Order: sequence, then C-alpha cells, then structure tokens
Amino acid sequence: MFTLLGISSQALFGQLLIGLINGAFYAILSLGLALIFGLLNIINFTHGAQYMMGAFVAWLLLSYAGLGYWAALLIAPIVVGVTGIVVERLFLRRLYQLDHLYGLLLTFGLALILEGVFRQMFGVSGLPYQIPAELSDGYNLGFMFLPKYRAWIILISLVVCIATWLLIEKTKLGSYLRAATENPALVRAFGINVPLMITLTYGFGVALAAFAGVLAAPIYQVSPIMGSNLIIVVFAVVVIGGMGSILGSVVTGFALGLIEGLTKVFYPEASSTAIFIIMAIVLLIKPAGLFGRRA
Amino acid sequence: MRFTLKMLLGVAAAALAAANPASAQQISDGVVKIGVLNDQSGLYADLAGPGSVWAAKQAVADFKPAFKVEVIAADHQNKPDIGASIVRQWIDVDKVDLILDVPTSSVVLAVNQIVKEKNKVLIVSTGATADLTGKACTPNSIHWTYDTWALANGTGKAIVKTGGDSWFFITADYAFGHALERDTEAVIVANGGKVLGKVRTPFPGTTDFSSFLLQAQASKSKIIGLANAGGDTINSIKQAAEFGIVKGGQNLAGLLVFLTDIHALGLGTAQGLIMTEAWYWDMNDANRAFAREFAPANKGSYPTMAHAGVYSAVTHYLKAVTELKSDADGAKVVAQMKALPSEDKLFGKGSVRADGRHIHPMYLFEVKKPSESKGPWDYYKVRATIPAEEAFRPLKDGGCPLVN
Amino acid sequence: MIASRPVWIALLVAAALAAPFAVYPIFLMKALCFALFACAFNLLLGYVGLLSFGHAAYFGFAAYITGYTAKAWGWPPEVALVAGGAAAAGLGLVFGGLAIRRQGIYFAMITLALAQMLYFFCVQAPFTHGEDGIQAIPRGRLFGLIELGDSLAMYYFVLAVFGAGFLLIQRTIHSPFGQVLKAIRENESRAISLGYRVDRYKLAAFVLSAALSGLAGALMTLVFQFATLNNVHWHLSGEVVLMTLLGGVGTMLGPVVGAFLVAAIQQYLAQLGAWVTIVQGAIFVVCVLLFRRGIVGEIVARLRWLRAGKGK
Repeated sequence: MFTLLGISSQALFGQLLIGLINGAFYAILSLGLALIFGLLNIINFTHGAQYMMGAFVAWLLLSYAGLGYWAALLIAPIVVGVTGIVVERLFLRRLYQLDHLYGLLLTFGLALILEGVFRQMFGVSGLPYQIPAELSDGYNLGFMFLPKYRAWIILISLVVCIATWLLIEKTKLGSYLRAATENPALVRAFGINVPLMITLTYGFGVALAAFAGVLAAPIYQVSPIMGSNLIIVVFAVVVIGGMGSILGSVVTGFALGLIEGLTKVFYPEASSTAIFIIMAIVLLIKPAGLFGRRA
Repeated sequence: MRFTLKMLLGVAAAALAAANPASAQQISDGVVKIGVLNDQSGLYADLAGPGSVWAAKQAVADFKPAFKVEVIAADHQNKPDIGASIVRQWIDVDKVDLILDVPTSSVVLAVNQIVKEKNKVLIVSTGATADLTGKACTPNSIHWTYDTWALANGTGKAIVKTGGDSWFFITADYAFGHALERDTEAVIVANGGKVLGKVRTPFPGTTDFSSFLLQAQASKSKIIGLANAGGDTINSIKQAAEFGIVKGGQNLAGLLVFLTDIHALGLGTAQGLIMTEAWYWDMNDANRAFAREFAPANKGSYPTMAHAGVYSAVTHYLKAVTELKSDADGAKVVAQMKALPSEDKLFGKGSVRADGRHIHPMYLFEVKKPSESKGPWDYYKVRATIPAEEAFRPLKDGGCPLVN
Repeated sequence: MIASRPVWIALLVAAALAAPFAVYPIFLMKALCFALFACAFNLLLGYVGLLSFGHAAYFGFAAYITGYTAKAWGWPPEVALVAGGAAAAGLGLVFGGLAIRRQGIYFAMITLALAQMLYFFCVQAPFTHGEDGIQAIPRGRLFGLIELGDSLAMYYFVLAVFGAGFLLIQRTIHSPFGQVLKAIRENESRAISLGYRVDRYKLAAFVLSAALSGLAGALMTLVFQFATLNNVHWHLSGEVVLMTLLGGVGTMLGPVVGAFLVAAIQQYLAQLGAWVTIVQGAIFVVCVLLFRRGIVGEIVARLRWLRAGKGK
C-alpha cells in the first residue's frame, strides 16, 4: 500500500478501474465511428443520437412488449441498425462524391431532428430502467466495491471489440471491406457489391452505437440528450486514435477512459476537458492520430 | 342550489364590472397579458415547461377576473439572448404585463434587468438563484416558490439534526452548484456538523459519477450531498444505488430534486432520498384535485412544486390587479402584492416580503420504498414541516438594496 | 429590365435604414450581429475552404472582454468594442497558428478542441461569473456624445459597425490577397508551387475572421447588455455553420440572409418548443441534399442561367 499525492493506492486502483469501464463505452462508440469513416468517409454526427435510440428502444421493449434487458441487448441494435440502413439508402448515398464536410453537416442535421423528435415525444427528464436482476449485486474487491454490472460492461465490450477486430482483420469479408476502403473501384471490378457492403457497414456501425446505448440504459439517465454531450468526446477519441483506424479507436477509447479517471481524482473540474487537450497535442505532433497512416 | 354570500358578491362584482367600463379602461390596452417564459424543450421542460403554461391558464380560469386576461408562452431554450429578446419584444410589441416562471439563472437575471427597466412585473417560480431577493432584487420582481437558500437550509438543518452531521459534497461546477454548496455548508456548520470533503464535477457534460461517488465513499461521511440538478442528480443517484452507497450506510441528500426526477429514477433507485420542496400533490384534497386535472392535460405527468407555484403566483397577481384596477405600473402592482396577504387553494395563506420573497412553509420529504407506494406518482412521505418564518433567508441577510 | 447594381445597393441601404420603423429593432440588431459573425465565418469557409467548428470561441471571448471592460472598468462602448475585437484577434492568432497546419476534417476537429478548452477556461475564470454570466453591462455613450440606451441609436450604431465589417470583407475578397486565398482553396499545392507562403495567407485570413467574429460578439454584448457561456458553447459554432450554409457558402450576401433566417427561427418559432431543433435539423438536411449552394447561391446560379439563356 502506498500513497500518491495524498491518494491511497486502493483509491487509485478503484479510480483506474472505473476509468477503464468508461473507456469501454468510448471504445464501442468510437469503433462504430471509425468503421463508418473508414469505408464511407463520413463523420457520423448522428452517432450520439443513435446511441440514445438504443437506450430508448430498450425502454420501449420493456414497457410495451415486456422484453427485458437481455432481449433488448440483441433486438435494439438490430432495430436501430435497420433505421441506419434506411438513412444510408435515403440520404448518405447521395453524398459520397462530395467533400467530407457535407456528410458531417447532414448527419449533424439528422442528429438535431432525432433529438428534437424524442424530446417532443418523451420529454427530457428521462425514463427509469433497472439493472437486470442477475447483475444487480457486486463484488467486494477489497480496494473497492465493484458492481457486477460494471464488470459485465468491461467483459462484453472487450468481446465485442475483439470480435469486430477479428472480423475485419481475419475474415474474407473483412479483407473485402479493407480493400474497398482503399480502392472501391477495383473491388467493384472483382464483382463485389460495394454499395451493399457500404450500406451494411453503416448499419453495423450504427448497431454498435445502439448496443452501447442499451449497455448504458441501466446506469445512465435514459433521456433524449444523453448522446449529445458524449458525441463530441467520442469524436476526439476517433481523431486521437487516427480516423478510420479500428485498433486505434479501441485502444484510445480505453486509454482515454483511464486518463479521464485519473483527472477525476487529481483535478476533477478539468476531467471533461482533458480529452481535448490531449487531442490538440496529439494532432500537433502526429497529425494523422496515434494509429492513423496519413493525414 | 344554495346561494352563498360569496357567490352573491361574486355575481355583484361581475355585474359591476360589466356595468362600469371605466374600471376596465384602467387595464392597459384592455387586457392583462401574462407571458410564461421557460424551457419548453430542454433540461427543465418537464419540471416546468408546458405544465407551467397550463397552470397559469388554470389559475386565470379559476380566478374569474373581471377583466380580460391572456396567457402566452415561449421557449427561451436556456439561452439568455433568446430569453432577453423575447421579453423585450413581449413588452415593447405585444404589451405583456407579467413575465412568469423563468428557469435558468443566467436567463432570469437578464430578464430581471429588462423588467425593471420597463417597469413591468416578474414572478419567478422555477428559477432558483437566491440572488433574486438578494443583491439582484428589484421593486418589480417576486420570487415565489423556492430558492437555493431555502433548499440548503431545509435539507441541511433537518439532516444534521437527525444525526447526519458529516457531509461530502458532489457539486456541479457552476454558479448554481456553488451557491447550493456554500449555503448548505453554512447551515451544516451552524448546526454543529462538519464537511469532510467536496468534489467539483464539470457541468455540463458529466454522465459518469461513479468516480466521484467512490471518493465520497472513501471520505466515510454519513451524508453525501448532491449540489446539482436535473440529469446530473439523476445520474448520481442511479449510480449511487449501483455502487451500494446507501446499503453501505451512507445516505444521499438531494439539494434540488423535483417530482419528475423521482419519476425518471423509479422508486427502486430513489428510495430513502431526502429533499426539501415547497409543495407535493398528495398532501391534501385541494392538491390532489389539482393533480387530477393537471395529469390528463400534460401527458400523464403530475404537477411539480414549480407548477403549483405558478398557479399560486398568478392568483395573487390577479388579486392585486383587481384591487388596484390597473396593471399599468409594474412597481405599483408588486407593491400591492406585498401589501396584500396571499391565499389560494394550493399554497394556502402566505405573504410577500419587502425583498420580493414569497413566504410560505417548506416541507422535508423522503422518497417512499416501492412497497409503500400505492399508486402512480405516489412517491413522497412528509418527514417534517419547516414553518414559514424559518423556511427562508432572514430579510437582513440577503443584502437586498430595497430593504434599507 | 434588371436594375443596375448601384440601384440595388441604394435600395438595400435605404431598406436597412428604414427597417427599425417596420421591424422590431432588437431583433434586427441581433440578426445583424449574427450576420457579421456569419460573414466572418464565411470568409474562412467560403474563400479559404477551411471549416472551423469552434468559431464561437472568438465570438464569445470578445463578448466577455467587452462586457468586462465596459462594466468593471467603465470603458466607453467604442473602446470596449475594439478591445473585444482585439482580444479575439489575439486568440485567433494563437488558435489559428495551431490549427492551420492541418486540413479538412482535422482542421475542423482541432478548432473544436481548442474551442472546448476556451469554454472550460470561461466556466472556470472568476471574471465571467460562470453560469450567471456578466449581467447589466452598460451600453454607455458613443464617443461620449450619443446615448446608446436608446434602441434606435443603438440600431444605427450596430448597422454602421456591420456595414464597416461587411465592406472590409468585401474589399479583402476582391483584393490580390483575396485572390491568393481563393487559389489556395482551389488547389493548395499549386499555390505553394507558385511561391506563395500559403500558411501565412491562411493565418492572416484566420485572424481576420476571428477578429470580425469577435467584433460581432462584442456588439451583441452591447445590444443585450450581458455576456454568457452560451456565446462560447459549441452549439453556437454549429449555428454559424447553419447560417452560412443556408444562405450560401462563398457568396457575399448569403451569410447575411442565413443569419436573418436563423435568428427569425429562434425568435418567432420559440413558441413551438422542441420544434425549433427539429426545424433547424431539417434545414440542414434539406440544404445539404437539395441546394448545397444555399439560398443566395441558388438565386445567383439561376440568374446566371437566365442571362446565359438570353445571350443565345
């Protein structure tokens, strides 16, 4: 046992673990963003709203269909993913030939619409959602009390991130995807349906956001504005990791969670700004981000 | 059907008003206009928002004034520039006489200046800052329902007196949070308690409070004071339940919690929370009747103290205008409101102090366990009544220039 | 018959002078402040091709400086205004110096990050009074002579400052300096190969844009007599993009039209609550999908097409 700047090692371990859990959310969300940016060249500003939709679908399933957390974890990402596919087919498809910035602006507008519609329908003070009974207790680790649910978050997010990484790096489908990111025309020449692949990728990225939303529902406030502050942070994570880099976004997500956890102990007032300071520094030293290839 | 004296008088007054158009002429441009300015879509939309508009209209309908009254509303989107330009336009162009409700301290302070400059009336129900009856008080404004001092005082004193004498604060890092923390700390110390530590959380933008809750846990304080509001409070309470804070023997004190927040949390999570409010729907028959009318008109949501405050404030305003037979001079109307005792079905008897503070009892509530709740929105039990004379900051301590 | 250019300009100026007698002056002043802000932003996006996602920083910082100097130190309005603009220019020099080394999306992100840091500073710094903001800022007497408390006098002052800012941007764009900026927008590497020190040009444009944005923020402080955190929030950075896009990127009048429309939406749809957000979002979507040139850009294109048709 030691102390660091007046903080005991026990407290420090606890804070680091918490940071890692928050990092899990950043990792899943930025993973989706990075996938979308890699293939579509679009900064998906709607990501925060889609995360929010995930949580709301979970609530709707519980309230109107009697389907609990575990079912929601599966159904909500599919439902929201399908809405993402519709968005891609109707809107995003028209923008691929244009500057990135138009994609950013369009998805920003969509985010405003979604947020407004949910506000109009459900109000803003939020809706109740309980932790599933199986996970409602916790473990006493000696240095801290770890709720089972938080342990579950770390576990499942690692599984999702690794599975996605394997899917892209180790499977044939993944190799098509990577190839299409590099040179869509050539891949199309090989007889692969690139537009379909783009649609599905967007749907998958959105589904990841919704998945994070369901994970968040029992511990964060389920409200229409839950995604709007988070999205800016997640952008920063993607930029630091290197836009479009899968590995980069996952590693950065977890790492920034840790750093944020530490600032919450030593200088809590700055904890939501720390991430932007890091981003500015990284961009100045390594313009393409930590894991990016080239700006 | 029985005719009571009161009804006869009412009929007589109405007949007089109809027969004597001169009294109506005193009302500037023939109509008393009430503008409800609040957040209709953002953070504070559920606890005030459209419900406040409904409450204002209901108060007018129940009062049956002898003159024409119109209620309009707008969304200030929590932005002071939007709030200020709406108010200027309301007063200059639409001839609004009373500005009502106004949550968000930056907006209400801006509006306060304009209303004074234009000599109209401002009655604040949802806005919390105690500065309105302190250094920012004006002859044109009244603070009706609650303020940061009353919340801090009610909750702080009651908890320290029942043994919760060591505190740790989780404070939202902005003016409102700081004010709540400062006022509560003063009360705690004055009553023999002590503050073991505090942590400032970035506002807005904090969703995960677990790190701060762990720090609070490590402090081993008996009470964790939540000097925050809205989504911040909801997230901290939700996560405190998850981390077994309450099971571990510490108690949470919410310094600003509304009924709609408890609804969002669910009783399973919020049970045992202690807080101060000015009004609760299930306290007597009149309140219950009001809630029964309110809910169907507001998506099933029950009224908060902010809504009830709006109703009570409008009733008193109309009473003052009726006495004066004029709404033209804002300062005169406010002076009349201060001179008359207030009485209505929701807040009962009360009065308005020289600094613009409406005086009434406050209540200390505890959130029920799920097993104790008998129906929808049955969330609170009363722990204590804070008598009117103790509920608000003493007149001399506010530093309001009007007092001396 | 299409009237000649001077006639149109004379009509516009006359309309601007007469406007406060027909339309509510406070609304006009707010719209003019937004218009100046959007024009300054457009200088960067439309003529250099740089999308800044943190322009609220300059607007809001200047608002605080003007508010503080006018209230705490009693500086006269014209001096406080200049102080605000100068502070924004200084901030622009620092932030711009960091940001212009990057392009495209990275530029947008770094400006956002820097603006967030400034937001943090403004939340923490005692002189801004945090969430309450600096309130009851005096408008004062212009040059010690004209009482600005009168809303008509204030309107003409705002109009004059806006006019000066607008003309400055107009002159800049049509100067040789402006031509180089456009060359950078079209093809940066070619501009470099022609021997232009691109970074210096970009930085100069950035500082000018920041200074004028600051001027707009400072002006707004005098109009509304307060300065608050909303002026430095990233929502405002998003709104200025909306104004410019809606009116027409890279046109002189576009941002002005866009600013008036956005201000009108905020003001006149305020009764509709959450619909304001939905309407703003829908405008974004429609602009991006259907008329990327914006309202003014689209009109100009139509007129050209008509004239070209006549010429045949």
